[in-house]
Amino acid sequence: MADRDLLRATAAETASLIADGQVSATECLDAWLARVGEDDLNGYLWKADAAAAGQTVDRAAADPVAGVPVAVKDIFCTAGVPTTAGSRILDGYLPPYTATAVSRLAAAGVPMLGKTNMDEFAMGSSNENSAFGPVLNPWDHGRVPGGSSGGSAAVVAGGLAPWALGTDTGGSIRQPAALCGIVGLKPTYGAISRYGMIAFASSLDQCGPLTRDVTDAALMLSRLEGRDEMDSTSVGIEGGVDPPSATDLKGLRFGIPADLIGEGMEEGVREVFDQTAATIERLGGSIESIKLPHSDHGISAYYVLAPAEASTNLSRYDGVRYGIRESNADLDSMYEETRGEGFGPEVKRRIMLGTYALSSGYYEAYYGRAQRVRTMIVRDFTAAFEQVDFVITPTSPTVAFGLGEKTADPWSMYLNDLYTVPMSLAGIPAISIPAGTAEPAGGGPGLPVGFQIAAPAFSEQSLLEAAFALEGAIGFNQAPPGAKR
Amino acid sequence: MTGTGELEAVIGLEIHVQLSTRTKMFCGCELSFGDQPNVHTCPVCLAHPGVLPVPNRKAIEYALLIAAALECEVAPRSIFHRKNYFYPDSPKAYQISQFDIPIAGAGRLGDVRIHRVHLEEDAAKMIHVGESGRIQGSDASLVDFNRGGTPLVEIVTEPDLRSGAQVREWGQLLRATIKQLGVSDVNMEEGSLRCDANVSVRPSGSDRLGTKTEMKNMNSFRFIERGIEAEIARQKEVIASGGKVVQETLHFDPSTSELHSLRSKEEAHDYRYMPEPDLVPIAPTRAMLDAAAGALPELPAGRSRRYREDLAVSDSAALQLSFEVEWAEFFEGVIAHDTEIEPRAAANWVTGEFAAELRKQGDQGLSETRVTPDALGALVKLVGSKRISHASAKDVLAEMVAEGADPLEVVEERGLEQISDSGELEAIVATAIDENPKPAEQVRSGNEKAIGALVGAVMKATQGRADGGEVTRLLRRDLGL
Ligand SMILES: [Zn+2]
Repeated sequence: MADRDLLRATAAETASLIADGQVSATECLDAWLARVGEDDLNGYLWKADAAAAGQTVDRAAADPVAGVPVAVKDIFCTAGVPTTAGSRILDGYLPPYTATAVSRLAAAGVPMLGKTNMDEFAMGSSNENSAFGPVLNPWDHGRVPGGSSGGSAAVVAGGLAPWALGTDTGGSIRQPAALCGIVGLKPTYGAISRYGMIAFASSLDQCGPLTRDVTDAALMLSRLEGRDEMDSTSVGIEGGVDPPSATDLKGLRFGIPADLIGEGMEEGVREVFDQTAATIERLGGSIESIKLPHSDHGISAYYVLAPAEASTNLSRYDGVRYGIRESNADLDSMYEETRGEGFGPEVKRRIMLGTYALSSGYYEAYYGRAQRVRTMIVRDFTAAFEQVDFVITPTSPTVAFGLGEKTADPWSMYLNDLYTVPMSLAGIPAISIPAGTAEPAGGGPGLPVGFQIAAPAFSEQSLLEAAFALEGAIGFNQAPPGAKR
Repeated sequence: MTGTGELEAVIGLEIHVQLSTRTKMFCGCELSFGDQPNVHTCPVCLAHPGVLPVPNRKAIEYALLIAAALECEVAPRSIFHRKNYFYPDSPKAYQISQFDIPIAGAGRLGDVRIHRVHLEEDAAKMIHVGESGRIQGSDASLVDFNRGGTPLVEIVTEPDLRSGAQVREWGQLLRATIKQLGVSDVNMEEGSLRCDANVSVRPSGSDRLGTKTEMKNMNSFRFIERGIEAEIARQKEVIASGGKVVQETLHFDPSTSELHSLRSKEEAHDYRYMPEPDLVPIAPTRAMLDAAAGALPELPAGRSRRYREDLAVSDSAALQLSFEVEWAEFFEGVIAHDTEIEPRAAANWVTGEFAAELRKQGDQGLSETRVTPDALGALVKLVGSKRISHASAKDVLAEMVAEGADPLEVVEERGLEQISDSGELEAIVATAIDENPKPAEQVRSGNEKAIGALVGAVMKATQGRADGGEVTRLLRRDLGL
């Protein structure tokens, strides 16, 4: 069969092609590795070579997904394979072990295509904070792919990988999926082991799939979820995850948090959102207005809690044991110069913010108060889910913005996570599916708009069913112009 | 404040106990002592990116056991915190410890109240190359991560101690208690038990606390006693001369008996404590608490009380026996030999003559000696029932320790049995008075001390087989006293 057909296929379709013998796992991997070699988006920081990745294919398990290769965000530790988390401080670092999520995919016979670019330590919404240069949005190379899993989103959207692994702390899977026109799922906190995922904000970090469709997201999630004895906060999803099959939304109630959405939303994004809400009703679902009264404080609380956790998580990068060391003069110089040279400006900003928030005398006013806001947001969702089955919002208030457009103003960048952060604080699952395209604020060709659906904790199956039914009705099948898919 | 005579010392202790679990607190690396550097390490205890701590169940059980032994209240849900500080011995740059909700609070050991008990991980060991011996000015500093991540229990007392001697005695009681729980080696020289003391002085009877100094790195309770006494004296002197005690950390050098300041308050860290998001709360189940209570052996304080109150054992013997389980067990074997044995006498034999004889004959330990508790019981019974004299018994004991001999056989072979026939003894006494007229006359004329020579003569004649009390009684009667 032609490579072109293979590169157009979803992961599930590729798995069928391999199962039917139309293509061998090795041919599939070779075709994808050749494509990875053509990366023009700066999406990959490390690319597998055929010999190394092929070993995984040869001893592939009986798993139906065996042989469908995956792109892995560079935040996952991979034994003997460079892992930087987008930071210069880990330049040259070769982990001695492999993250559980990556091991689970490998155990299913899924070879790794490469490691994808990202915002440094997952801090960012545009992928412009990578120490290794920004990732370009395959829809418009002058625009950002979103972040922090910008590389993973861009390579899937741009036909450089069939599917990818990303991580989400405040929207880092969902927002880039939306800006690149693909599916991104952040599972419930605790559904998947965090072992080997380089920590940004431990109480919020969760990994998940970035895929071309909802079926692929379910397929990957089913391989990733589960309790891991290396992560005492992991629990898995009871009953596992099956491929979704729903075709309607009869009897399901969808809540729109009126007090959350509105602010700063682009007109085109609103139109696509309204159309999608109408599609839900056409499929038999109902739309209700709900209240999430504390969600508008979500960003403020998030930008205290996440930097606070980050400030301690990133303290280990001290030049003593691994990564770069900039000075041997004395202890203080080693710390100061290694961290001064190794970290980029956004990471430093958040370390300082977080250090301040945890300082004695300020802890209660900042960290303590932010924790209470978080508790209230959790309660808001609990109350909302007594009224509705799902909460829906646009994934991002804007379509992909221009490179450099928001870098000077961190707060406007942070606001891009306005709709995704509350779900992260509540620890609940949320998915972004492409719902259409809209003209950017300054005019130009249409860019993808994401639609976010959130569900109660550990109800991934019903979330995927709803997303699957909606995806079928929306029929979004556009690829970026010029992408080989 | 005036005159130093009115000042009293107030002392509180912070004791770190390394738990003797098989593996570290948050990873699967084995605990070790004295191995090659950095062989017991893994990504977790080296704090590689992306790793997560997984709590050691055994360490939690051990902490619960300590909490039970110290009669503490166990928290239904205690949480771990991150204690942040940059130093190469802390690979994460934070120590996982407990902060506002420790695993256990409010307890007691003897007459000292326990403030709290919490779980944490030990730091790695640093070696500074060069003359300074410290990180400042060293040529290089090396880090051995073998120790990093060892489970630690920190025990904090209330400021209930008043002197260096009391600290030593109580510290020894705590060490014996933890040792008997089997949860730690409590070896101070190897650092598996470390004791810091907070020392202050105040006017006697006041309920206010004075400014305290912290004394660190003392590796025996003897040194701690001396260090604390030196510091109390220093503080009293400072106050007597109109000065003020400055809060600081001190090191006591036992070789010079000098106190050195390590760092002052100005350099105190802001540890930026934060709840550890990588760990869930410790919520001990009823079964875990019951298991801890059920696993509690009889501990030194309780055992010593039982020996004193129920068995009338002397204070010093009771304390000595209860600090060392094997000696206590030996003692209980001795009194189990026969119900007629007096426990008080048996305890004195075990901790006195027997222990001394073991030391004398090649410094034997209880595990090496051929003397069984039963055999020693037989000997104690022979003395108690006056079948042999105390002097003969010591000879028999020496032979038992040397040869593992049976005391009854030795007594028989050597004919050591006391002369029980009073007619025979009376005759020997009469002969002794006749043959020693000088002391006999002295006794008759009121010099009772002179009776010793006559007793000696009887003993010589009987080869120690006479009961000393009975000999004295007969001599006094015959000499008209
Ligand atoms: Zn380890």
